[in-house]
Amino acid sequence: MTQVLAVDDSRTIRDMLNLTLSQAGFETHLAEDGQHGLEVLEELAPDVIITDINMPRLDGFGFIDAVRKPTRYDAVPILVLTTESAPELKSRARNAGATGWIVKPFDPVKLVRALELVSG
Amino acid sequence: MAEIRASFFVECEELLESLNDGLAAMEDGGGDGETINVVFRAVHSIKGGAGAFGLSDLVNFAHIYETVLDRVRSGDFTPEAADYLTFFSSADVLSDLVKASRDGDDTGAAINAKVLGELQRLEGGGEGPAEEAEVEFVPTILPLDFEDEDDGPGQVAEVTRVRFRPHAELFQAKNEPLFIIRCLEKLGKISVVCETSEVPDLSARDGAPGFLSWLVSFDTAVDHQAINEVFEFVADICDIEVSAVPLETPNAEDASPSPSPDRPDLAEPHRLENPSPQDEPTELKADTTPAAEPTAQEAAPMAAQKATVRVDLEKIDRLVNLVGELVINQAMLSQSVAASGIPANSAVAQGLEEFMQLTRDVQDSVMMIRAQPVKSLFQRMSRIVREASASIDKNVRLKTSGETTEVDKTVIERLADPLTHMIRNAVDHGLEQADVRAAAGKPAVGTVSLSAAHRSGRVIIEVSDDGAGINGEKVLKKAIEKGLVSQNSNLTPQEIDNLLFLPGFSTATEVSSLSGRGVGMDVVKSAITSLGGRVSISSIPGKGTTFSISLPLTLAVLDGMVVEVAGETLVVPLNAILETLTVTDTNLKPLGATGNVIEIRGGFAPLIDLGVELGYRGPKERYQGAIALVIGHEDGSRGTLVVDAIQDQRQVVIKGLQPGFGDVRGIAAATILGDGQIALILDPITLAKPDGSAVTGREPQLQMAI
Repeated sequence: MTQVLAVDDSRTIRDMLNLTLSQAGFETHLAEDGQHGLEVLEELAPDVIITDINMPRLDGFGFIDAVRKPTRYDAVPILVLTTESAPELKSRARNAGATGWIVKPFDPVKLVRALELVSG
Repeated sequence: MAEIRASFFVECEELLESLNDGLAAMEDGGGDGETINVVFRAVHSIKGGAGAFGLSDLVNFAHIYETVLDRVRSGDFTPEAADYLTFFSSADVLSDLVKASRDGDDTGAAINAKVLGELQRLEGGGEGPAEEAEVEFVPTILPLDFEDEDDGPGQVAEVTRVRFRPHAELFQAKNEPLFIIRCLEKLGKISVVCETSEVPDLSARDGAPGFLSWLVSFDTAVDHQAINEVFEFVADICDIEVSAVPLETPNAEDASPSPSPDRPDLAEPHRLENPSPQDEPTELKADTTPAAEPTAQEAAPMAAQKATVRVDLEKIDRLVNLVGELVINQAMLSQSVAASGIPANSAVAQGLEEFMQLTRDVQDSVMMIRAQPVKSLFQRMSRIVREASASIDKNVRLKTSGETTEVDKTVIERLADPLTHMIRNAVDHGLEQADVRAAAGKPAVGTVSLSAAHRSGRVIIEVSDDGAGINGEKVLKKAIEKGLVSQNSNLTPQEIDNLLFLPGFSTATEVSSLSGRGVGMDVVKSAITSLGGRVSISSIPGKGTTFSISLPLTLAVLDGMVVEVAGETLVVPLNAILETLTVTDTNLKPLGATGNVIEIRGGFAPLIDLGVELGYRGPKERYQGAIALVIGHEDGSRGTLVVDAIQDQRQVVIKGLQPGFGDVRGIAAATILGDGQIALILDPITLAKPDGSAVTGREPQLQMAI
């Protein structure tokens, strides 16, 4: 089963991601912020990571940075969750090392497709 | 989904709370760099969630608000005092919108145009970049430059062909051509050819990808938009050509980079990336798939998460009720064990003792579940202060303390209305106009304080202002005018203050937009009394007024003293009883024709016969030898209630009296005792009124406050 780590500080969004991903047959793991995400990664090797940008403690950019450092999970594709669809944000996300992005509020079908796009 | 929606609104409440907290901290200058981030994130998260549920009003407003806060966050804009008012008001609007969305009530959701206008002014303020100005939340697809030959309708059937050449960045971003091609496969049957002509001498290359390209041929025409979407993430880090070619010659366009399956100069390992057209492109996986080794590790990584459970309030109430029954049952069991003559040192009796202890612990724990900090209530009040002061043009700030004090949820809910009224009163009547304040040498900004604290098993909530205090003369005059007290009554300042609680009393000489809503302090008082609470007032002329509300921690159980009066069993709440004593010749002093007072350590307290007060019997001939309960009042005065006997001291479960019973003075509720008997729970404070009328059997006169 494809393992997904979803990092978002909003419980609502986490719940929705969890619901959508579980229904689509992914094994979903959740984290509340970047710092928590890194902690979860210590014991998990997800096939793909979804992360929010605006988060307490460690934000999405910082989180991606940490994941992209040479670690055992530095090759994991990362999808960024963003409320903005502005192109600058996308290029910023990519420069940070993200693989793709999902615009919030996400459409479950598109979310799953995006996951397939980056993780097969 | 409905559950997530409900939890979203709960989350909104929390976010609004931290939003208000953060704003307050920023306004005070006490916030650090993280505070603005917290504030921003609160609005941001509300927006995000609202978008998910299609709550467009909420999204749009939150977006504007967020944009302004983002300017603050980036240091682009430094808010001033007036701007904070806008921020707070915006938080209020946000809160209204959340409520409206939750209750599905769009009628009240009109956004305060003034606040919106202010926000929009701040949003566009200066020459701030209009970044993120789009309030649109539809995922937009980046347009790609397709060489779409627009063959127009009526053409012969054609097939779509995609030439895809990833740049090195595509791989750096951990995109995988294989997955992209697989997604293309979902759009139609494809054949894939990998072009390797650009691959340099393998011995010289550094292993960086970026030299390969793929030619994907569909066997039908495919919507270009759909193909677009597949390449959404990589549009700018690869070359894509989508073209339509006539069906007859599927491979006619084969030009320079010919898809020859075998190039003589290819080194062995590279063959893997060189599938023949019919092949599934799976082989690619061999060296490019991101490390996807499934781990055997089971997921238990959530240790860092705070363990909280959301429970339906109904379930807790049921539990509270059941525990209540358990307490009653335990009491009955104790009673029957005692009645059966089992000695107290027997195993049964001792086990029962432990059982009682456990029951109590269970009860306490259950009550704790229901308890909530009063913070949310206080935050609502700060909004009331803002609105009230704005509407009558006074400059007021609210100081709160003890927000973490926990009180039963029901109490908090039912306290909102009376507290609102008290706060409005403090702003409207308590605080003077600015010129009067200035003349009195007080700061121009009036202060209303709201505090909560636990004190001896009760919660004390105080509302105080630094205004002029209560004008005793005016109050007395008004009370006499309205016929509430007699012309020649001799009242202490404390008693005069308490006149405010009388029904039909209103000191406001002018009806302002705030007062004159038909709610007087008497309503406040009865609301608090119905919660088992008491309210008292104290005022220092020129310094201000303090209302003090004392509430029980819970509405479900109380520690009571079971007493007997004229053959009736009654329960007196223990927390009201200061001590018990026996009436003797020495401490009993007659007062007037029929009244008695009792001397307690140098002070005197009226002696009230409970049996007479409740109409069970006439006054006794003599009270010497009778048992009296000393009742303490909030203001420190005392009264005594004469009972025939004290039976027991125990925890009782409060069973509310149905409205059908009417409002009986001195009776608070009822309970079921261990033997199945029903007993009334008294409100001793009302019964042992401290008005000096140590009178038994007299017409109940003017019912004083407290």
